[in-house]
Amino acid sequence: MNAILDAPARGFLACYEATKNLLPGDAGMREQAARLFRARGLPTPREEAWKYTPLRALNEFDFKTPAARAASEAISAPALAAELGPRLSFINGRAQNLSPELPNGIRLESFAERPVLGMTADGQYNFIETLNVMLAADGAVLEVTEGQDAHTLVLLHLAALAEAEAVGLHVRHRITLKRKARLTLIELATGAGRYLHNPFIEISLEEGASLQHVRLQEESAQAFHLGAVAAKIGAGARYDAFFLHLGAQLSRTELHVMLEEPSASFQFGAAQLLRSAQHGDITTEIFHRAPGCASRQTVKSVIDERARGVFQGRITVERGAQKTDGYQMNQALLLSSEAEIDSKPQLEIYADDVKCSHGATVGEIDPEQIFYLRSRGVPEAEARGILVQAFLAEALETVQAETARNMLNAAVERWWEGRAQ
Amino acid sequence: MLEISGLAAAVNGQQILNGIDLVVPSGEVHAIMGPNGSGKSTLAYVLAGREGYEVTAGSVRFEGRDLLALSPEERAVAGVFLAFQYPVELPGVGNANFLRTALNALRRARGESELDAVQFLKLARAEAKRLSIPEDMFKRNVNVGFSGGEKKRNEVLQLAILRPKLAILDETDSGLDIDALKIVADGVNALRGPDFSALVITHYQRLLDFIIPDRVHVLLGGRIVRSGGPELARELEASGYAGLTAEAA
Repeated sequence: MNAILDAPARGFLACYEATKNLLPGDAGMREQAARLFRARGLPTPREEAWKYTPLRALNEFDFKTPAARAASEAISAPALAAELGPRLSFINGRAQNLSPELPNGIRLESFAERPVLGMTADGQYNFIETLNVMLAADGAVLEVTEGQDAHTLVLLHLAALAEAEAVGLHVRHRITLKRKARLTLIELATGAGRYLHNPFIEISLEEGASLQHVRLQEESAQAFHLGAVAAKIGAGARYDAFFLHLGAQLSRTELHVMLEEPSASFQFGAAQLLRSAQHGDITTEIFHRAPGCASRQTVKSVIDERARGVFQGRITVERGAQKTDGYQMNQALLLSSEAEIDSKPQLEIYADDVKCSHGATVGEIDPEQIFYLRSRGVPEAEARGILVQAFLAEALETVQAETARNMLNAAVERWWEGRAQ
Repeated sequence: MLEISGLAAAVNGQQILNGIDLVVPSGEVHAIMGPNGSGKSTLAYVLAGREGYEVTAGSVRFEGRDLLALSPEERAVAGVFLAFQYPVELPGVGNANFLRTALNALRRARGESELDAVQFLKLARAEAKRLSIPEDMFKRNVNVGFSGGEKKRNEVLQLAILRPKLAILDETDSGLDIDALKIVADGVNALRGPDFSALVITHYQRLLDFIIPDRVHVLLGGRIVRSGGPELARELEASGYAGLTAEAA
């Protein structure tokens, strides 16, 4: 039985019907996703997982597949310092010249040539992934060979749209690090115009591998960003992620992390800076499935004007995952009386010898601190900027790659300077 | 330099200062003494421009300008510096960065060129050395994890680097041992000269053995009830404030 589908759901299905014969990969799997999507449609706030993030704003749009663009149409985004490293670019959802000078030890194929689709969610309906499986047109399939340090790779998602119509960009990446391989992945999402960006990244880390994943989401002010990362971490492997989210009128990023084998580790830092009527949602789901695994999450939000931030974090410690070390902290700084943060931590623990904790703080800038700075001659707006950056500094300091850290600090400064005075 | 006339002020609707008249000429150091609750810190905060301190009557002129019309940062630019009784912690803000930001904010507002990191560190290290302040204090976050004495020394370091025309020291001596007290006093004495004035607010006479004031004023019930030379401080140390309370009443 079909649910009564609203405009965006009908639009996504129309895209699917129009392009399904052209999309790469397993048609059966896509059809399965489409069936699921027809039955369930867009989640509503009545569903627990989407309680704080209404998708009403999507109703105004009917996202189309973007017209094919010439690859030669070179576009330079401001955030792109060339010194960051070799770059894989996806412009309007399509790979551009997917053959940069790659470091030794990286094998790269395009999703269009070697499509790897698959549902990672455990039999549950996951809207972001279902949409992606149904419509993913391109992506990178990347593998770092055993024991190799592939250094830094930049993954750029750029929307450069002149079309008056809103478009949907559905990309799917798979990143695999073989035994003891290492990689720093710097992911940028930016653009101009009105679009929905729906990236899905599957990550698989084999024994002893180490992935550092730094992301800057600086989408256009009219954009929607609905993305997810699904990571499986092997024995002694570590996944260190830092996400800075500044853009999009509505964004939700989900992280589904499976600590599959003993001593796997996941460190997550995130900052979301929201203003105007922006809505930003970071939702994490961490499964401790083996003994001796560690997960640490620190999510900071700076929320101004009428913006709303959401952090939902669930840690599940399965039976047998003894000596688990789980930590989760959510801190929000509210810069206006209309700003809002919704914070929902959840711990589900089925083992008896574990250390798990979570905490949340919400506050405004301390007027004593502002006065102290002003009494030393620092103008009030500058004093506030210093204190907002100080709030974020603790999180940003965890980013080890210096060029990436500088890029993030510069983005924070841009954000602060763009503030309506 | 500083002329206070008939200054009255309230905090949360409660009247604390009840008509203060005080003139601090250029080059002079004046001490304000008084028991707890007499309005000493309120006077300091009113002069620095803290929010929530409502001036209900009177005026304050600084080098002829209406000080009360200026924002806290404008007062700093004009040359007023308050050494806080309880210096504020700024987690996430490095001390060196804080000091340089403050110095450059003042220089910028005065139309002077800003100092780069190298120029600043050279200046800051020299001042720190003079005040026996270890250099690792620059690397730490502002006042975070500082002992009481370190916080006070950090205030004096700011004083030395920012070089105001008028320093207001709000119980900078409280919680200091004798060595730290000497360092603080040396820091202030080093600035003394024809263009520098200070208002030293203290509960005890001890600090005034090291910073010899030109004048001593006794604040009681939000008013100055007595003024005199340095000998007044010693007299108070011997007899306490009790007799003065009776006299004022």
